[in-house]
This record gives sequence, structure tokens and C-alpha cells, in this order.
Amino acid sequence: MENLVNIFIKSVFIDNMIFAYFLGMCSYLAVSKTVKTSTGLGLAVIFVLGFTVPVSYLMENYLLKEGALVWLSESFADVDLSFLSFIIFIALIASMVQLVEMVIEKFSPALYSSLGIFLPLIAVNCAILGGALFMQERAYNNIGEATSFALGSGVGWFLAIVGIAAIREKIRYSNVPDPLKGLGITFIITGLMGIAFMGFMGIKL
Amino acid sequence: MSAEKEPLFSSKNLKLLTEPLNDSNPITVQVLGICSALAVTVKVKPAFVLAIAVVVVMAVSNVVISLLRKTVPPRIRIIVQLVVIASMVILVDQVLKAFLFDVSKQLSVFVGLIITNCIIMGRLEAFALNNKPWQSFLDGLGNAAGYGVILIIVAFFRELLGSGTVWGYKVIPESVYDFGYENNGLMILPPMALIVVGAIIWVQRAKNKKLVESN
Repeated sequence: MENLVNIFIKSVFIDNMIFAYFLGMCSYLAVSKTVKTSTGLGLAVIFVLGFTVPVSYLMENYLLKEGALVWLSESFADVDLSFLSFIIFIALIASMVQLVEMVIEKFSPALYSSLGIFLPLIAVNCAILGGALFMQERAYNNIGEATSFALGSGVGWFLAIVGIAAIREKIRYSNVPDPLKGLGITFIITGLMGIAFMGFMGIKL
Repeated sequence: MSAEKEPLFSSKNLKLLTEPLNDSNPITVQVLGICSALAVTVKVKPAFVLAIAVVVVMAVSNVVISLLRKTVPPRIRIIVQLVVIASMVILVDQVLKAFLFDVSKQLSVFVGLIITNCIIMGRLEAFALNNKPWQSFLDGLGNAAGYGVILIIVAFFRELLGSGTVWGYKVIPESVYDFGYENNGLMILPPMALIVVGAIIWVQRAKNKKLVESN
């Protein structure tokens, strides 16, 4: 249990998807104009990450990894399908996004309409595929750890996008040099936020 | 369309190739493909390799999608695009693993992330779906080159200021260090990539006034 909490905190603050790995930058820059929409997108990302990474974990361990097919038959012990992982993960993510969209539409129409177009866009958000690939690279021990990593990364992404949206709402009233307006200043603010987040780096968990 | 009679490098076609280098640069103007751009720019070498990989994936998948554009129903186009890109990326990944194993280790997940690199999807959607293969090929080359140029500029400054080397070779002479010059360790850390890109945008827009945003 303690281990799960550690992984969660680590992926929220220390290995933050945006500030440490720049994943999901495109939608982060495009959608962070107001706090409201960015909250919606952030929640959707937590949702989708929380679904896809554990399922990718199962795929990885019972289908793709070397010797993962042993549960079918002993003769598959040296089959290594890991070169297929990109295509399997991306197909998984695309279909999971579709599924999550349908489930939300059915059970919570209010949330569905507030997320609107952002749900389908998540399929090409690199934070999701990045989550799946990092999970594969770091080889978590069990599905619990993978889930807590996924939720932590999602929450970290959520915090980052809501933070930058709040700053961008305020910066509209400041006197920014013309060539820096819009995109330029957003990059620099993100950089400064990243430096601030690096303050967590010394924490050993 | 009289594209059949047009010379292969007519001025219109050349424009497809050169425009993304400045006026519609994928990173600094279209805001596409930032995700993988920043994390690999600590050293010039991996940045260069990733840029080449993106050029290959992008040019080929642009052509493939452009050839398929009349046969793919619009409803399933995204999944078709993803499959095309993913198979190209698998090829590139296997080649890198076979011939450039060290660099492939350094790039870690970022080769895989070319799949969701929005620059590729974005150009497929915006250009290859409505244009002939040759134009799409040029568009792919141009945009990937525009992406690569920014990648290499950022990597150049970060490597020069952060570790005093370029492409692994020392360029700052020892005598400068004797005067008390220090490598700026901050440049190696991830957030500085963002600030360098911010500075590039600043320089570019100060020179090119029509890109300035109103807000």
C-alpha cells in the first residue's frame, strides 16, 4: 500500500508528464486559454489514462512480452511480440477512448457535454501513449502499481494544465512584448513552472 | 488541375517545401509536435537522429495516405492514419535498434511517440488527404525539415551552453575555463528547452511581424 502511494506521489510531482517529459504538450498549449475548459480536458485525461495503462499492462504481460504467451501453451515460451507494442497500444488507446466516450455519454450526460470535443482528441494526446510506453519501460511489478502510476500521471497533467490556464487568464492584463504574446510567453511560463516543479526532485520515495 | 504538366519543382511546389521552414514552421507557428521535440534536445546527436526519423516517417506516410485518399471512408480515416504511421514508426524503430543502438536507448520512448506526434497527424489531415502524392511528399519533407531545424537549433544551444560540446566534441577551449567560465548546468534540465523555444519564437516573430498574435 505504501508503495502504491509512493508511486502515485512520484508520478504527480517528480516525474510530472508535462514538466519532466513534455508529454501532451500540444493539447496543453492549445486548450489552456481558460480554466474551465482545461479542467474538463484534465479530467478526461485522468479518466483515459486510468483506463488504458492498466489494460496495456495486461496486454504487455499476457501477450507481448517474451514468454508472455506461456499461459496458452508451453510451446510459446520463446515468442517475443514486443515489436508489435506500438501498434497494439495505439489501437487500444483509440478503442478505449471510444469506449470511455460511450460510457460517459450513457451514465453522465452532463460530464459528456462539458467535455465535448476533447474526448476524441485524447486519442492523439501523447501523454496517453507515453504513459503506456513508460509503463512498459519501467516494468512495474503488478497491475496495482501500474494503475497508481497512471492515475498519478493523469493528476499531474491535470494540475499542470489548470495551473497554466489560470496564469494565462491573468497574463492577459500584463504588458508582454508584442513578439512574445500568446505562444512565446506560454512557453516561457511553462519553463518557469517546470523549474518550480524541479524543487520536488530531491524528494526520495 | 494541370499538375501533370507542371514541372516537378515549380515555384508552387517549392513553396510547399520552403514555407514550413519559416512562415508556417510546425513548431513555432502551427504549434504541432512539441511533445517529442523538447525532451530529446539535450544533445545534438539524438536530436538529429530523431529529426531524420521524423522526416522519413512523415514523407512516407504522407505519400501513402495521399495514395489512399480516395479509397478510405472518412469515418475510419483516423484509425487508418494511425495504422500507417505506426507501421512506419515500427520500421524506423527496428532500424535504429539494429544500427544505432546507443542513440535508440537515449531516445527511449520518444521514437514510439512519433506516432502521436501531432505534426504527422496534423499534416495528414490538413494536406495529404486532399492533395496528390508528389505535393504531399514535398509537404511532408518541408514540415519535417522545419521541425528538425528547430530541434537542432535548440539542441545546439543547450549542448553548447550546458556541456560546452557540439555533437560530442569539445568546442569551448580549456583556456576559457581557466578564466573561470562554468558550464551552465541549468541548460541540461528539461525546463530550459521550453525557455529556449520561447526565445526562438521571440526572435522569429520580432523579425517576421505578421506572425505576432493579438492576444
